[in-house]
Amino acid sequence: MSEPLLVFDNVVKRFGDFVAVKRMNLEIGKGEFVAIMGPSGCGKTTTLRMLAGLESPSEGEIRLAGRVMNEVKPHERDTPMVWQSLALFPFLNARENVEFGLRMRGFDAATRRGKALAWLDRLGMSEFAERDIATLSGGQKQRVALARSLVTEPQILLLDEPLSALDAHLVIRMQSVLTNLQRELGITFVYVTHSQSEAFAMADRVVIMSKGEVAQVGQPKDIYRAPANRFVAEFVGRNNIITGEVKSASGGKAVIKSPSGSFAVTADVLPEPGSDATFVISADLVRLTASKPKAENVVEARLISEEFIGSVVTLFLEAADGTEFKVQVQERELATLDLKSANALWLSWPATSAHLLTER
Amino acid sequence: MTLERGLTWFLRAWVGVVFVFVFTPIIFSLIFSFNSQRFPTIPLGEFSTQWYETILADRDVWQAAWTSIIVAVSTSILATFLGFCTAYSDYRYNFRFKGAYLALILLPPTIPLIIMALAMLAWFSRIGASGQVWSIIAAHTVLTAPFAMAIIRLRLSQMDDNLEAAAWNLGASEWATMRHVVLPFCKPAIVSAACLCAAVSFDEFAIAWFVSGLNKTVPVVILEIVTGNIDPQVNAIGTFVFLTSMTLVVAAQLLFIARAARGMKQGAET
Repeated sequence: MSEPLLVFDNVVKRFGDFVAVKRMNLEIGKGEFVAIMGPSGCGKTTTLRMLAGLESPSEGEIRLAGRVMNEVKPHERDTPMVWQSLALFPFLNARENVEFGLRMRGFDAATRRGKALAWLDRLGMSEFAERDIATLSGGQKQRVALARSLVTEPQILLLDEPLSALDAHLVIRMQSVLTNLQRELGITFVYVTHSQSEAFAMADRVVIMSKGEVAQVGQPKDIYRAPANRFVAEFVGRNNIITGEVKSASGGKAVIKSPSGSFAVTADVLPEPGSDATFVISADLVRLTASKPKAENVVEARLISEEFIGSVVTLFLEAADGTEFKVQVQERELATLDLKSANALWLSWPATSAHLLTER
Repeated sequence: MTLERGLTWFLRAWVGVVFVFVFTPIIFSLIFSFNSQRFPTIPLGEFSTQWYETILADRDVWQAAWTSIIVAVSTSILATFLGFCTAYSDYRYNFRFKGAYLALILLPPTIPLIIMALAMLAWFSRIGASGQVWSIIAAHTVLTAPFAMAIIRLRLSQMDDNLEAAAWNLGASEWATMRHVVLPFCKPAIVSAACLCAAVSFDEFAIAWFVSGLNKTVPVVILEIVTGNIDPQVNAIGTFVFLTSMTLVVAAQLLFIARAARGMKQGAET
């Protein structure tokens, strides 16, 4: 079996004393759409810049199609990038911008023009081909930047938060443009973002980074429902994270005693009784009722505040011991619950909804 | 409200007064250059182009004009080149003593011209290079390169930090990036810097007077005419010099302002 298209082999990047990337091992296959996500300063952009050759690893190897890339100059590799600032050439028009990569590779004028126009057409920009960059809108500039990067038909495209400057409705449009393109071309996309919705909406696999380390790699759904550790659980989505002592563990189920109550959690690998364990219960999997339900895991709590973000409402509640719980409910569902007059609210969830963290 | 309006009118009037103050002598020089009388007195004599005819017939003036043009063009090329190199090294690289480096580059315009002229003369005669055309060029280059640098540096500061990296990323080597990205981006600033350096060199008197020797430039010839007697030729030459410099300066301004405005507009949109 041959090696995946892109391999990070024990890659470390240091800037002086600061370690930006700590021993990264990652494999990315041909035609994969991988999103690297994390808070600012987590090393995601450094990782991308190493791929583009703008930084070289302090240790380890980056291999692209079997070739060690560590010392290959940026202009000698074919790893085009879509920049956060777009970095379009302001003194060239849209078509000339797209032609740039071909010009540097010595294509003749007619070929350059043909390819550039074909790409602009493909991205719905043919009528703007001769327009000055300054006269284009944000979304149009984005398309020019994409065409400029793809015109050389690379194996891999790097994207550095390309949608962060766009309006919300344009982001959704560009997301589908990007996913469709990636599928049609069958090339690898490495997409760096701090936006969970962008990463989850587009990527086949998501790499979560924290403080220079890979915290978890997996499909969006797995990362969302089964975070590997506390960092991922906190970073991704609205999770209730509960830590306690393991009281019993048998039959695929552990009981964890926390200050707010004892809760049952199912798990493939059960923790030792007496040890500490942490589990997460996603805010959207918690049921909210005005009377005490018959369920495995039940907590009584009172409402502190609510956050309305459209069709979904997040409620913040407090249990008797002061632990905060988050619950997400549909807005229309909330109308049937009489929150104001209820003396107490009850939270409940089945043991199978909770997820036991395997790492601390 | 009325106070504000009053202030606006006051400031407008003030600007008007400043313009009158600056341009009146020049305008009078222009008027007297077409005056048939020898002495600049009112009432004026008849309209006449005799002073222009005199200077056009004067070989010394022609020679000086030619020297001035050679000096201005060479200075403009050299100073703009040096200015671009220093501005780019400041933009692109970080190194120790960068502050001192920049201060040193920006030093020449802060030195009183007469001191600089004397120093230049002393230095050139020591190395046996005084009185040459190229010694004027060297001195003027030292004087004007900081202006070129300042203009080009301002333009570079408007450049997207990733623009060069984007070019490398698309397969351009560092030299190709310089040629196809950095130079085109800086072109308006480079052209206006060149115009400005040429204008400063063309007008400059103190250094040229000390250093030029027999290769007189136009301002030096003017002084020589004036010290001898009152000669309306000076008005004619002055008008010619004024028009040349103004054309260069205005061209520089127009180019740079037009580009800067476009840059601003672009910045505001994104």
